[in-house]
Amino acid sequence: MPLLEISDLSKSYRSPEGEVQVIIDVPTFTLDAHQQVALEGRSGSGKTTFLNLIAGILRPDSGSIRLAGQELVGASESLRDAFRARHIGYVFQAFHLLSGHTALENVELGMLFGAGLDRAFAEHLLERLGLADRMRYRPPQLSLGQQQRVALARALANRPDLVLADEPTGSLDLHHAAEALGLLRELCTEEGAALLLVSHDHKILETFETRYALHELNRAAREVPA
Amino acid sequence: MSLVRGISNCWRIARKSLRQHALSSSVTVASAALASGLVMSVFALSAQSRDAFSGGETGFDAVLGAKGSELQLVMNTVFHLDTSPGNIPWSVYAAAKADRRVEAALPYVVGDNYKGFRIVGTTEDLFIEFHPREGETLQIEPGGRAFSPLHREAVIGSVVAARTGLGVGSKFLAAHGVTGAGGASHPGEYTVVGVFEPTHAPTDRVIWIPLEGVYRMEGHVLFGAGESFEAQDGEAIPDEHKELSAVMIRTRGSGAGRMLEYEINKGDQATLAWPISESILQVFDKLGWVVLVLEGVAVMVVVVAAGSILASLYNTMNERRKEFAVLRALGARRRTVFGVIVIESTAIAGLGALVGMLVYFATFAAAAGIVREQTGVVLDPWMAHPALYWTPIGMLAVGALAGLLPAWKAYRTEVATTLAGGGY
Repeated sequence: MPLLEISDLSKSYRSPEGEVQVIIDVPTFTLDAHQQVALEGRSGSGKTTFLNLIAGILRPDSGSIRLAGQELVGASESLRDAFRARHIGYVFQAFHLLSGHTALENVELGMLFGAGLDRAFAEHLLERLGLADRMRYRPPQLSLGQQQRVALARALANRPDLVLADEPTGSLDLHHAAEALGLLRELCTEEGAALLLVSHDHKILETFETRYALHELNRAAREVPA
Repeated sequence: MSLVRGISNCWRIARKSLRQHALSSSVTVASAALASGLVMSVFALSAQSRDAFSGGETGFDAVLGAKGSELQLVMNTVFHLDTSPGNIPWSVYAAAKADRRVEAALPYVVGDNYKGFRIVGTTEDLFIEFHPREGETLQIEPGGRAFSPLHREAVIGSVVAARTGLGVGSKFLAAHGVTGAGGASHPGEYTVVGVFEPTHAPTDRVIWIPLEGVYRMEGHVLFGAGESFEAQDGEAIPDEHKELSAVMIRTRGSGAGRMLEYEINKGDQATLAWPISESILQVFDKLGWVVLVLEGVAVMVVVVAAGSILASLYNTMNERRKEFAVLRALGARRRTVFGVIVIESTAIAGLGALVGMLVYFATFAAAAGIVREQTGVVLDPWMAHPALYWTPIGMLAVGALAGLLPAWKAYRTEVATTLAGGGY
């Protein structure tokens, strides 16, 4: 049984002019437990919306998202929040660390709403990501690469079933991007989490055995030029 | 997630935010502290002043004096403030003392001072009939004794001793007038033979001398018999020439007091202020609107403090929108971010109430010092008053209320659109 099963997923927005624009129209998509899959996401292909729907941040118009046996479409926002905290790790392109919190506190924040505070594990993750001597640093005191590694640690803090990564290396140079991607994949393997990564960078995509083009999965994006 | 864990998480995030915005948090805490301290001070001071001025134990329940204002009579005789409304002849005192309805009568003569402290002439009954507390008489500190009615001797209150440096064996000259504003000194030194233990009452500010001493001071002229009379050494003073400023009276129960009040006050020779507390309460009742205004101002300050809590939090909402969106993306529910803000505003108010206790003690101590300095009446900041526990509770409630609007703004944060903005 797949970890993630999506069928007939649809999401549309109403433009300021009142026009309904379908952003997501995915007939089917599955992801197995521990699997690592890359989605090629061109600009405008609805990649962030797609990940937000899986994460339960957005509510689809119709369809089904079943993750770890839980149907998310139709679930209350509160239940989706709680489910996200326990089962999903999210890595954002812009990191979205809290600047007033230290690296360690940022990782611990991820635990507050999920499995519960586990400082030893938070420290382990940061050590594993080479930030043992940067735990008390705040994001503005860290390099971009270090910030991204803190974001990776935070995504894995609750030992999630699935890590969603939205252009996780988009803010990094080639060297740091490769390093961050390697660490992300290693950690997902170590922690037993599946990985669904969206990127438009072919160098990143080519490292994945299983990869799809989101604009082919998403019928609403097929008209968007590459 | 359990409620306790939820609150614990909210507090953890709120505490971090308070530290992060330390300056604005401190300013807001200070305004809440001033507000709660002011409220506690105004309510506790007004209540305690009313009690202290109306309920001071002296062992007497009435004051007999010249025809005129009861309040002036009480202020002058019990609190040693204000001026004497005039004198009464000795016969009024003698009649009162002989009345079956009067249990005790203590005569006072005032008109002189030493360094601003009133000199009160009285009889040796002072040492028996004056009760600073129920069942207790005035106690003289070791090494001292009561004055002799036939000598120029004095027993002084503890504040007088502390402020003037007078002690047993010290000598002083009495000056004319009750205020110490440059009155001429009477010849004839008085010797201090005793110092009263502190009573924390107006008595502490008085110099007590024998009645005869006042009559025999050089320059004092008696008009008790309607004609002037100056006492000569070695010559007894006929009672008809003697005058008194007032007489402290202890009646034999309220029925006796009521009857005496009626009988004396319907005449034109004297006034009986009975019961003593009623005269003072009348003043407080007349000044009740002033207290109400003060209490109103204090409550307004609380409202302003609540407004400042609201404003300080609301102003940070825009810069914190991303923080809330990140928390929500990590799995925080809307009610969690709502709770973070309400806990934050409640914490500010709670800290304010805590610091407000210091403000209260400082304000109360300053006010109590002035009251004691001016009247001898002691006000105690530690004395329980409902305002001391209702104000902190009220501040917490006000703080929570002030957080509702910013919390609602945080509650409405949309994760996807907010995070699309980027940043750390």
